[in-house]
Amino acid sequence: MWEYTDKVKKYFTEPVNVGEIPDADGVGEVGSLACGDALKLTFKLDEQGRIADAKFQTFGCASAIASSSALTEMVKGMTLEEAEKLTNKDIAEFLGGLPKEKMHCSVMGEEALQAAIRNYKGLEPLPSEEGEVVCQCFGVTDKEIEKVALNNDLHTVEEITNFTKAGGGCGECQDKIQAVLDRLWDTAPQQPVEVKPPAAKKKKLTNIQKMKLIEETLEREVRPALKADGGDIELIDIDGDKVLVSLRGRCSSCAASQATLGQFVQSKLREFVSEDLVVEEVKP
Amino acid sequence: MSGERVVYMDNNATTQAAPEVVAAMLPFFGEYYGNPSSMHNFGGQVGAKVDTARGQVAQLLGASPEEIVFTSCGTESDNTALNSALASQPGKRHIVTTRVEHPAVLNTCQGLAAQGYEITFLKVDRQGNLDLEAVAEAIREDTALVSVMWANNETGVIFPVPEIAEICAAKGVLFHTDAVQAVGKVPIDLDNTAISMLALSGHKLHAPKGVGVLYIKKGTPFVPFIKGGHQEHGRRAGTENVPYIIGMGKAAELARTRMDEENTKVKALRDRLETGLLEIEATMVNGDPDRRLPNTTSVSFEYVEGESILLHLSSQGICASSGSACTSGSLEPSHVLRAMGVPFTAAHGSIRFSLSVYNTEADVDHILANMPGIIERLRAMSPFWAKYQKTQCNTPGYVEP
Repeated sequence: MWEYTDKVKKYFTEPVNVGEIPDADGVGEVGSLACGDALKLTFKLDEQGRIADAKFQTFGCASAIASSSALTEMVKGMTLEEAEKLTNKDIAEFLGGLPKEKMHCSVMGEEALQAAIRNYKGLEPLPSEEGEVVCQCFGVTDKEIEKVALNNDLHTVEEITNFTKAGGGCGECQDKIQAVLDRLWDTAPQQPVEVKPPAAKKKKLTNIQKMKLIEETLEREVRPALKADGGDIELIDIDGDKVLVSLRGRCSSCAASQATLGQFVQSKLREFVSEDLVVEEVKP
Repeated sequence: MSGERVVYMDNNATTQAAPEVVAAMLPFFGEYYGNPSSMHNFGGQVGAKVDTARGQVAQLLGASPEEIVFTSCGTESDNTALNSALASQPGKRHIVTTRVEHPAVLNTCQGLAAQGYEITFLKVDRQGNLDLEAVAEAIREDTALVSVMWANNETGVIFPVPEIAEICAAKGVLFHTDAVQAVGKVPIDLDNTAISMLALSGHKLHAPKGVGVLYIKKGTPFVPFIKGGHQEHGRRAGTENVPYIIGMGKAAELARTRMDEENTKVKALRDRLETGLLEIEATMVNGDPDRRLPNTTSVSFEYVEGESILLHLSSQGICASSGSACTSGSLEPSHVLRAMGVPFTAAHGSIRFSLSVYNTEADVDHILANMPGIIERLRAMSPFWAKYQKTQCNTPGYVEP
């Protein structure tokens, strides 16, 4: 059982500002069903350009709901310049703190606010210089890791996982996260990087077995996740270890959309079929 | 919470120690403190009671007393079985198990893989069932052990363990089963199976936490996991945890007499609870409904997240658990539901209710009275629920909430 502060409990059991502003000036959507939490933030400005009203819809745990509701309270009355400066740290402090494993809920709040402000300004939900995807399980880029690490003074992979989820899925990117931290803080690794035990070796598959397994894996592991976010996948061809697929729709609000999606498919196929597979996307 | 009613439906996590069990244990904290290994009568009388407990467990399992070894918990029993199979057959470096095992087996196997052993993790289908042909195909010349759980802790799905044991015996391979959830709910008659080893845990069976059992069939090669003294016929060193072993024996005796009740009264309560929960829109049961423990139901409430449901339930005094990421201690939902291919929409909102003989009709009523409101509240704030409704609003039978 998590130890939540009374304020977190209050904002979870009696959340304020639940809903969606129909004629919102700014709309920000982050997260996805596949990721386990998601937040849609809408706000309306008054004549002076201050946030007059803000509402949220959240799918997630108690701290995600509390962080979202707290965020809507905090931004009311702010100018956009003020709101742009609001960080996850402010949200966590407002709530009297969050369990460290739940800090990513406050980061989701900050990201939704940034996305809503960018939406108001007519920009893409994510900055164009979004960087390189480091964690393929949760679609987290090096730029995001750097930003969160700077804002919260984070120095270890574990902290990054708590704040962004990066590294918390298959765990394969943990050394990459360490490299981002080393680059950022200009330090040599201070502690050994945790290496996951190698996956059990799989038997060599015949071509027919492989094709069948790829189809099954796409059907079972990949398609449900994509469909949950309004996308889909089609298997075009298998050429040796090359798997050609066509992706439709997109993981609408995941930090990294199409590029990550290809990586997601590849990681699932590598997990369930063969380590050697390479997924290539064919544009429809 | 104090003074308010508690509806405990998390019995696959742990159970209440039966009052009869606690009463049986108490003298062994006090006057009967002798060491069962001692030569004097003062210790010897305690040793006799330990053997009585051994007989009670053997009777529940349809085994002989000398095949029963007391351990500290189910996890120790599983670790012992896996390590013994490798240590006693040094040339064999391969283990077959499943993707849906309890961490006591799954993580132990991953640890063995890191040491260079080869592990085959068998998959399950959408209903959580194993393909028996795949089990047979996975066995190799160098397979030391096949380890398959008897019943799944999250979904209650029962594997055909006696059949799998036959497959292994035909190929001359040892077979271990983690039967922690099955014992007391599924008829078990080990003398008439080919099962080599079986793990059980006291606290899932109305004994207290801190005691387990490993069954080792006569003739099974065995190397102790915990080394030291000659206790438990040299198979598990360390002075016996006498009060808990006495409790384990009493709990085994009770379980034998309550097996029918588990499969009639408890099952009926579970079925009524499940039927009531499924009346809530966009819900589904996880796991094959025809091959399940009588006390377990895993229900997914789509488009809401499990931890939020659990906390609202908890505020009503209701104890259950979830396979959602936020409660699993990791960032991904339950490995069992993922292995079954349960969609993310459902895995994150899965709630497991696991009953015991102590549950009542009133308990079921209390949950059914509270659950619809909790789900409705959480869905009202879920961005996905609105989307789902837009796509479903033309479905016949759909009623505007």
